[in-house]
Amino acid sequence: MFELLGIPPQVLLGQLLLGLINGSFYAVLSLGLAVIFGLLNIINFAHGALYMMGAFVAWMLLNYVGIGYWPALILAPLIVGAFGIVLERTMLARLYHLDHLYGLLLTFGLALIIQGLFRNYYGISGLPYRIPDILSGGHNLGFMFMPNYRAWVVVASVIVCFGTWFMIEKTRLGAYLRAATENPVLVGAFGINVPLMITLTYGFGVALAGFAGVLAAPIYSVNPNMGADMIIVVFAVVVIGGMGSIMGAILTGYILGLVEGLTRVFYPEGSAVVIFVIMAIVLLIKPEGLFGRAA
Amino acid sequence: MLKRIAFGSAIGALAAGGALAQDIDVTLGVLNDRSGVYADLSGEGSVVATRMAVEDFDAAGKGLNVEIISADHQNKPDIGSNIARQWYDVDGVNAIIDVPTSSVALAVADITAEKNGVLLDSGAGSTALTREQCQPNTVHWTYDTAALANGTGGAVTNAGGEKWFFLTADYAFGHSLEENTMAVVKENGGEVVGNVRHPFPSQDFSSFLLQAQGSGADVIGLANAGGDTVNAIKQASEFGITQAGQKLAALLMFVTDVHSLGAETAQGLNLTEAFYWDQNDATRDWSARFEEAHGAKPTMVHAGAYSATLAYLAAVEALGSAEDGAAIVAKMKEADIDDALFGKTKVRGDGRAIHDMYLFQVKAPGDSTGEWDLYEQISTISGEDAFLPMLDECDFTKK
Repeated sequence: MFELLGIPPQVLLGQLLLGLINGSFYAVLSLGLAVIFGLLNIINFAHGALYMMGAFVAWMLLNYVGIGYWPALILAPLIVGAFGIVLERTMLARLYHLDHLYGLLLTFGLALIIQGLFRNYYGISGLPYRIPDILSGGHNLGFMFMPNYRAWVVVASVIVCFGTWFMIEKTRLGAYLRAATENPVLVGAFGINVPLMITLTYGFGVALAGFAGVLAAPIYSVNPNMGADMIIVVFAVVVIGGMGSIMGAILTGYILGLVEGLTRVFYPEGSAVVIFVIMAIVLLIKPEGLFGRAA
Repeated sequence: MLKRIAFGSAIGALAAGGALAQDIDVTLGVLNDRSGVYADLSGEGSVVATRMAVEDFDAAGKGLNVEIISADHQNKPDIGSNIARQWYDVDGVNAIIDVPTSSVALAVADITAEKNGVLLDSGAGSTALTREQCQPNTVHWTYDTAALANGTGGAVTNAGGEKWFFLTADYAFGHSLEENTMAVVKENGGEVVGNVRHPFPSQDFSSFLLQAQGSGADVIGLANAGGDTVNAIKQASEFGITQAGQKLAALLMFVTDVHSLGAETAQGLNLTEAFYWDQNDATRDWSARFEEAHGAKPTMVHAGAYSATLAYLAAVEALGSAEDGAAIVAKMKEADIDDALFGKTKVRGDGRAIHDMYLFQVKAPGDSTGEWDLYEQISTISGEDAFLPMLDECDFTKK
């Protein structure tokens, strides 16, 4: 049997599959960021905190109200999305006419506050959240044991990502949205409520983060820092993909998940930095990102 | 970031009429992780424990004006070093307490020796604190990686887990724990079939676990801590690793981690600790008081901050001054300590506190009577067996 750099092919296949699973989280999160940046021009640093909130809301629904995983998969993103809409209406909306930096600073501050509040009430060790019974266990694929839940994560993220891309790029609603960001005054003159659309878009982007949070709850420790660890990587993904490019964010999410997975086999110590190395190289060679349009 | 809590000064002022034999100012700095992965096992809890020690010692009644300050070192050696320097140079801190995260602890130990302060380390694990980088101003109270290795590593190897694969956090503590456990495994006739070093902290362990799975090992040794261990165990169960017969050995786990995992996922795990809240009346009483103040049961790191502070204050009282750190540590080494939480304890010449360690097993959910009823005690490991023998060059009582 052939080997690649001393690594048997089964191991390689297994690691590629795992990379794809991690890439699913990157893709859903970076998609939300790309939607918000592409359509609202807001660099949403609170995205990681909202992802964490998604996981916590799922936990709260289960432990305080007795609502299980499947309803939470819909409810938690709605709740997080509604929270995002409140943030947008009360705070972010006042910053649209200012430089990007103000939005970045505001959302960064909000992220710290949200994380601090959760840390204060729930501690840092994390809370247990069970895998739903129907998805527990797994299948032996020959080269690796594939937990059913992780397979579900990949399927769910692919559906959500491409559904979103389709809605924005191929439907009438998406066309309005893109037009509204291009020229809000003109689109408003056609009788379309532009501020409402922008608010809902932010709510939608944030709901995507909440959705990723619910997906993550059963496999990662539900703790207040789970978003902070993730957000920097996800930003790197968005930058590599090209700021604001929807398809770029999705594809780059999956690709970088794969690259990170491979690094974990060949040089595990480097797996935490490999994405940033790629980001630096991409910025040097193609500053607008892999899928971005040159400014 | 800094919190100041003044103790005893009011009472001290009232009694300043001359009734007291001595009037000593002591400033204690609790330096640990207050926001990151180790915040629950150390964090504010260690401040609460230190405060309890000051109260239980009756510092004010004995003429000690103790002030406690605290700061977050964020698990970064540079930040920890800066705070330690500022504390010694500007804030007049006499002793620094807790300091989890070995890389930070080692940096603070050097600064403490340079400034002739005292380091009462409870949270860090590296044996280097009392070996390669030993200092006359260091007391390493609660545990170290050698004691963990002797406890869990020895027990699991003797129970038939002969082939080990290590999943190791890539920094000083992880390396030290891995090295100590490897030695114990080999001593007990076991074999090390591989290891992988993961970045600290990590979220996803599936790749590393898959490598461990493919290695054919009987036991996967988790040489990491806190959220890393929790995530690794959670994901090992998800990937069917434990179900397929490979065992996990969590080489460092705190009661807060087990609480977070839940008894269902953690049941059956062996782990080594220096203290558990439900050991005897003294530990139960103290832990109940702690829980009332802090809202959770104490970890061994909290207990260590308490007991080390008591021993320190006794030495300061005996010397009548908190200024000369090396002298205070030397005084602590003379004492035969009978501690309420750690039992008979002796601070050795190298600063290593020698006390019993315990091997526990996590209870099955059916056997647990409450959310914190988590451990079954398996055996006691005497201090002499648990910790490494002293290096001659580190015996500061002979210098």
